[in-house]
Amino acid sequence: MNKEEYQKLVKKHEPKENKLENTIFAFLVGGTIGFLVEGVIQVLMNIFEIGRIEASSWTCLIVIFIASLFTALGFFDDWMSKAKAGLLLPTTGFAHSVSSSALDYKREGLITGLGSNFFKLAGSVILYGILSAFILVIVKVIIGG
Amino acid sequence: MASKKFNNVYIKDNVSIVGPLEKEGLLKNYDLAIDDYYYGERTFEQAEIKMQNVVLDNLLNYNKLSESKIDLLIGGDLVNQISISGYNASKYRIPFLGVYSACASYVEELIIGSTFISGKLAKKVVAITSSHNLNSERQFRYPVEYGAIKKHTSTFTTTGAVATLLTNEVTGIKIESATIGKAIDMGVKDTNNMGAVMAPAAADVLNTHLLEMKRNVNYYDLIVTGDLGLVGKEIFTEMLDKVYDIRIKKYMDAGSEIYTNSQETYAGASGPVALPLVMFDKVLNCKKYKKILFIATGSLQSVQLANQKLGIPGIAHAISLEVL
Repeated sequence: MNKEEYQKLVKKHEPKENKLENTIFAFLVGGTIGFLVEGVIQVLMNIFEIGRIEASSWTCLIVIFIASLFTALGFFDDWMSKAKAGLLLPTTGFAHSVSSSALDYKREGLITGLGSNFFKLAGSVILYGILSAFILVIVKVIIGG
Repeated sequence: MASKKFNNVYIKDNVSIVGPLEKEGLLKNYDLAIDDYYYGERTFEQAEIKMQNVVLDNLLNYNKLSESKIDLLIGGDLVNQISISGYNASKYRIPFLGVYSACASYVEELIIGSTFISGKLAKKVVAITSSHNLNSERQFRYPVEYGAIKKHTSTFTTTGAVATLLTNEVTGIKIESATIGKAIDMGVKDTNNMGAVMAPAAADVLNTHLLEMKRNVNYYDLIVTGDLGLVGKEIFTEMLDKVYDIRIKKYMDAGSEIYTNSQETYAGASGPVALPLVMFDKVLNCKKYKKILFIATGSLQSVQLANQKLGIPGIAHAISLEVL
């Protein structure tokens, strides 16, 4: 049996992931989070009489805090493996990746452990986030004159 | 010849410890269980060293053996540079060999130990192995608290440790023969599908064993593979049928015998400790099987080489045990 034939055999026995169900579930979870967060923004705007941009920044901090706290309390990973992209894509996923890395490496020292592994999962998001923002700014300058 | 027959090699005793999830699963005859993944230590790595330490201490105590009576300690585990076994061995004054075949390490240890005893180079050898779910998660996958999205083909590393005493004195379990497997790369690159990585090596070693020992597959009352998992065992049986013309009936995969369906462990249990736990818990104890062939399977990957997108080599070693 050569490698190509073997790949076919493996494919045949791999269980199929239910993509439609996963997508709908992630959409609903992600949408619910968006809905709740919008509610928080509105409440902040009304109570503290601040603008939308400022309220959004505060809300973002609140979401990061909650996701990190739930990670530290130990149940956010169960939620995320069930809700999949619904919790991975919003800021919650980013906060979760950083706080779980921090928890994992704290015993290996503040520099050699926590410090050097803090952005182990989130590093790519930061690097390529900055890079794409930079490219988009150049595009905007060129197009916008 | 990859197959060896052994003279006068017996299993005298075995001590096992299992983790919290394994305790609630299908296993019943383990010696000790832990309720907490830290096992009173500061880190998971140190907890795994303690598990090895406890099973070895108990094995020596139960059999009233001092360290000087053991000619050789052979250990292996999954943590970088088999450090768990090395750190544990440093607590004893016993000559130590560290071995690595990933999840096939335990059977590799039995083969080396049996070779020493059969060749009259040793009288008492201890084989020790362990794995810890969270250490494997940390090393091979994601941080422990990270809710990574798992595929159905992923296996779940078993938490536990076993120490087995091999001797030249006659006991109820004889190590009869073994076949050393070849590392086989069939181009599977997916670290979340280790069953597919290991199945070709398992099928090859079974075929080699039967040919070299001139045996029919029905010679054995039971054939047990290590941790192929739900997907790997389907591939294994189909490969045997189509490539080697072997139709296997009395067959069990240890990976499917540790957790219940409701425990959400995806394709089943894995880790070097999975096979020996099932071996002593369900197979050798039950008196139903006299001649049993155990095929331990391992995926010889590293994080670096898996990221370099090379095909992962699989390994499998077979050992034949007889209940007297």
